Amino acid sequence: MALDKNQIAKRIAKEVKDGYYVNLGIGIPTLVANFVRTDISVEFQSENGVLGMGPFPFEEEEDADIINAGKQTITTLPGASFFDSAFSFGMIRSKKVDLTILGAMEVSENGDIANWKIPGKMVKGMGGAMDLVASAENIIVAMMHVNKAGESKVLKSCTLPLTGVGCVKKIVTELAVMDVTPNGFKLLERAPGVTVEEIIKATEGKLIVEDEIPEMILD
Amino acid sequence: MGFIKAHFFIPLKSEKQTNDMIKRKVNSVQEALQGITDNMTIMLGGFGLCGIPENSIAELVKMNVANLTCISNNAGVDDFGLGLLLQKKQIKKMISSYVGENAEFERQMLSGELEVELTPQGTLAEKCRAAQHGIPAFFTPAGYGTEVAEGKETREFNGKMYVMEKAYKADFAIVKAWKGDEAGNLIFKGTARNFNSCMAGAAKITIAEVEELVPAGTLDPNQIHIPGIMVNRIFKGEKFEKRIEQRTVRQKA
Repeated sequence: MALDKNQIAKRIAKEVKDGYYVNLGIGIPTLVANFVRTDISVEFQSENGVLGMGPFPFEEEEDADIINAGKQTITTLPGASFFDSAFSFGMIRSKKVDLTILGAMEVSENGDIANWKIPGKMVKGMGGAMDLVASAENIIVAMMHVNKAGESKVLKSCTLPLTGVGCVKKIVTELAVMDVTPNGFKLLERAPGVTVEEIIKATEGKLIVEDEIPEMILD
Repeated sequence: MGFIKAHFFIPLKSEKQTNDMIKRKVNSVQEALQGITDNMTIMLGGFGLCGIPENSIAELVKMNVANLTCISNNAGVDDFGLGLLLQKKQIKKMISSYVGENAEFERQMLSGELEVELTPQGTLAEKCRAAQHGIPAFFTPAGYGTEVAEGKETREFNGKMYVMEKAYKADFAIVKAWKGDEAGNLIFKGTARNFNSCMAGAAKITIAEVEELVPAGTLDPNQIHIPGIMVNRIFKGEKFEKRIEQRTVRQKA
């Protein structure tokens, strides 16, 4: 069975380690916060200027001055801090943020990512994505392996305008967990019940399959 | 006699022994926005609708200045924020990182009425900060190898490629702060600091609208985020709607 969005988020949450400062993109990445172990110390950064983000506020407790980069009302946890946008990207560029999790339309086998523009469609902008992918050491992409037309999004080379080059380190899709290596995508895990053949079929880029590929453990 | 200033040679004109603070306070939004005319480039603080200078935007609509180039991370929504200026077609060009929440924006952009320069958010912030700090240009890795870097100088530092980006040049910067004093010192609240803090002092003239305006000496100097030297005009905004773009809440268990 292919994973649903929450399960993808759950699998990615396992990559969040004790002591990490983490930036979560919009969409599936935002869900990751719900599944991170609570017995470790982790702080979530939002690029609009907050570190130590907490859950959504209770009704009537929303504050228009406290939002995340998705413009959603949020709360802060004890030890949180606010800062301006230049400072926020300063801590991203200087690699103080340990892990960036974001969505993608396409990823190529050399780690290029496209996630901001589809030619011919209304372009809304890259927001902070180009800064994040160009700076972060550790980038995990949460995405669907194939698009609605059944075409692979895990490619030899991206067809859409790029967001960044050679930056993605790991991909988690509804079918598989893969590392991006100098030799191509390396298959690490498969979704429960999904066969290696199905993953090979859904992957256009070079996929390295060595030994037995274990099933993901979600819980 | 005070300890700090000894007046051995200068005869005292009065009992007063220190200088007054330079007053940045103006009495109205009209006074604050004086000098903004057609074709100018204006920076406006805010992220989404959070921390936008809403009183100044409302006044720009009334002033009916046109052909503006606006540097602002976002472009508001249809009926609030910069969307109000778009509705009246006062904006010629938008420089932003993300413009997704505005149907009128989309229409003007697709029809070619509105010029749009999309810039990575961190680059946008740093281009403001560079102007604020008197730095003409800087190198950032953001956008390297993408269309954002086209036509720009690139350079390798320590084995990594960077794109040269230049400081913005703007006529006015309009920012919003939580508290300010008559000397122009500013304190922001929460994530409403965002681009406001980077734009203050980044243009020829900086205007700050604040929720609370107090006499100099009232705010703790240790708590000031932006010193008054960066702010030319400060006024108390008449009303702050502070609209929420995405109201997300959780239920009490």
